[in-house]
Amino acid sequence: MATPEVRTDPPEARPARQARVLAVTSGKGGVGKTFLSANLAAALAQRGERVLVLDADLGLANLDVVLNLYPKITLHDVFTGKASLEDAIVPAPGGFSVLLAGSGMVEYSRLTPEVRAQLLDVIKTLAPRFDHILLDTGAGISDVVLYAVSLADDVALVVTSEPTSMTDAYATVKVLSTQQHRGVIRLVVNQVSRLGEGRAIRAQLQRVVDRFVNPTAEQAVKLELLGEVPADVAVRESVQKRQLLLEAYPGSAAAKAVNALAAKLAP
Amino acid sequence: MSTIPSEPPPATPSLRLDGALQLLQQSGRVLPGREDPAWLQAVLDALCDLSSRDALTGLANRRQFEIALAREIDRVARAGEPALVLMIDIDHFKRVNDTYGHPAGDRVLQVVALRLLDCVRPMDTVARYGGEEFAIILPNCPPAFGLAVAERIRRRVEQQTVSIDGGATISVTISLGGAFAPQWVRSTAALWLARADEQLYRAKAEGRNLACLEEPTDSQVSAEEKSLLFSTSQFEDPDDHGHP
Repeated sequence: MATPEVRTDPPEARPARQARVLAVTSGKGGVGKTFLSANLAAALAQRGERVLVLDADLGLANLDVVLNLYPKITLHDVFTGKASLEDAIVPAPGGFSVLLAGSGMVEYSRLTPEVRAQLLDVIKTLAPRFDHILLDTGAGISDVVLYAVSLADDVALVVTSEPTSMTDAYATVKVLSTQQHRGVIRLVVNQVSRLGEGRAIRAQLQRVVDRFVNPTAEQAVKLELLGEVPADVAVRESVQKRQLLLEAYPGSAAAKAVNALAAKLAP
Repeated sequence: MSTIPSEPPPATPSLRLDGALQLLQQSGRVLPGREDPAWLQAVLDALCDLSSRDALTGLANRRQFEIALAREIDRVARAGEPALVLMIDIDHFKRVNDTYGHPAGDRVLQVVALRLLDCVRPMDTVARYGGEEFAIILPNCPPAFGLAVAERIRRRVEQQTVSIDGGATISVTISLGGAFAPQWVRSTAALWLARADEQLYRAKAEGRNLACLEEPTDSQVSAEEKSLLFSTSQFEDPDDHGHP
């Protein structure tokens, strides 16, 4: 999909820069984290941005399933010295790159100092080559998720209006505030049933944060609405087809909303 | 990522199946006739089933239990649903064996196994873990129900006596220890079972015929916070000064 803002200069010709690292996370699983990571990456790529999605869920992510990719080499092989980082970066259908953890990564779910160092090293090595690195993290507040989020410049917290999702998102905000002293957390409200629901949910979460978290926080947390994505049958259909929404249904309401998110991240 | 082997199965005439067939016959499995094309598959399925069950009680054996536990750990990590594992031990089982003999002990194991099966849902895995120890995996079990489920099992076993050969009846009780898998985190079988075992030890230490569950970790979100989170003014945005 062509947008007026698309960059036309070839990526190689651009000055070296550091990628913005965005952690895509959620309190509760199954709210569309991986779906958003993949489609947001595609939307950014369509705007001419160089994007890498890193499966930071270490073996639990289903990025490979969503993207219909079955790479032979994964981050697991890189960490165990069986392959180079280069070999593990694979092109995804949406014009971006992905780095998959591989199912062997399960053993790393308990985050050792070595894995911390290796992950940090991977991001440092790759940052000059991309404009955006999206970390598709796991759900919840396990040490793996918190560590991945700590590596990111920005956090996008995916939430739906479902009560468990709201509660778990609030718990995540609390932990990120108290343990990582985050000043800004961006919200993506997914599966909204009406326009403006995202704003209402942001405001509601902010009220509870202002009352219970901010008074004692080193730095007050401001929740910013990155955007809302409507509940859309096109999403389910694209998932069933195992295609990116942006490729299968580029004109759908949800695809347009994802494009709007990308426009905010890469104006 | 894995490849499906494409080699055809070896032709049946070259297979030596006498031992396998004898095992299946002894365990009372019924197979289709040898000329039936489904015969070999049925033999393999029956062998798999046989090797996943405890011979005395018919429950899942330790091997099958470990497979189910690993699967449940995967599911909990991915879906975040609460899952409970219960470790169960028959109280003073040695006394049964010593007083009434081993056939009576076997009978008690069989009856307890049936009662455990009686108390749980079809989706739950009831296993004989070893000796007089049993284990149950309860997927999708809300933390609030954990103790009630464990208590129901304890009472069910306590309520009925076991009749043994020779006309005697024995009262049997069990101790239970349980722990929930941590949500959203990939646990390990060893860690999860160790936590349940700790509770079983506590139940034994506190006098037996008891169910002890690990206290679920406090929710990060208090009731007060929840009530504000879901207060009625939810759909008003104080910062909202009109739509853009």
